[in-house]
Amino acid sequence: MMGAEITLGHYLALSGLLFLVGLAGVLLRRSLLIVMMSLELLLNAANLALVAAARFQGIPDPQVAVFFVITVAAAEVAVGLAILVAIFRLKKTTSAEDFATLKF
Amino acid sequence: MEQFFFWSLAAGLLLAATAAVTLRNPVSNAVALVAALVFQAALFVTLEATFLAAVQVIVYAGAVMVLFLFVIMLLDVKAEARRPIPWSKVLAVLAGGTAVVVGVPRLVAAFPAAREPLHWSAKAAPFGARELGTLLFSSYAPLFLTTGVLLLVATIGVVVLCRRDPES
Repeated sequence: MMGAEITLGHYLALSGLLFLVGLAGVLLRRSLLIVMMSLELLLNAANLALVAAARFQGIPDPQVAVFFVITVAAAEVAVGLAILVAIFRLKKTTSAEDFATLKF
Repeated sequence: MEQFFFWSLAAGLLLAATAAVTLRNPVSNAVALVAALVFQAALFVTLEATFLAAVQVIVYAGAVMVLFLFVIMLLDVKAEARRPIPWSKVLAVLAGGTAVVVGVPRLVAAFPAAREPLHWSAKAAPFGARELGTLLFSSYAPLFLTTGVLLLVATIGVVVLCRRDPES
């Protein structure tokens, strides 16, 4: 009823677009909170590709990988936000431009 | 049916993700990101991965985003100041977008197995919690145990990082 059938390519293209949106956030935003949210989008794009692969190949292993990605993402967010809170206590800002102490 | 759900959910996902990246107030970003994660869970359902859809909503939209919102409240961050748009980076992202939309379906179509369209309950074999659990506790058991160690280390690390220095 609505054009062509949905194939693996559709899901992979959507995953690629989602990855690009997240990448744009990582590159263009200065607030570290938003950068971390964009990182979540990157991980989700990979998850979408994995689940699509699992469905179209008929194997469950990619879904197990998604399970691990979600776990690692949760740990990453916890540690990242803890570092962010520690930095905020020190500098009273969350803008990436203000953290250039280690730059040459 | 499959087309309708895919296109509407894909549009919703990309819209919510764009809002999550572009909005200025961190709370709106977080709420938009929750919407994007829920859309993604719905896409998991169209791929017959119902268990992962549930995990996605509970862990991501539930736990992780609540963590984000707590930190936003805790830090009391103000809306980001506007600055000139870096057009070169925006152009690079747009070029990447066109490349993905044009390139990926063609690349995938080069593999005959990938031309098979999505039909719900056609050949079935959707994997539920039982199959995933069996895999996790058999072939992926070492990884699964390592994940437990990772979470423990992360928990201890967060406590250490957020502890105030007793001397100061």
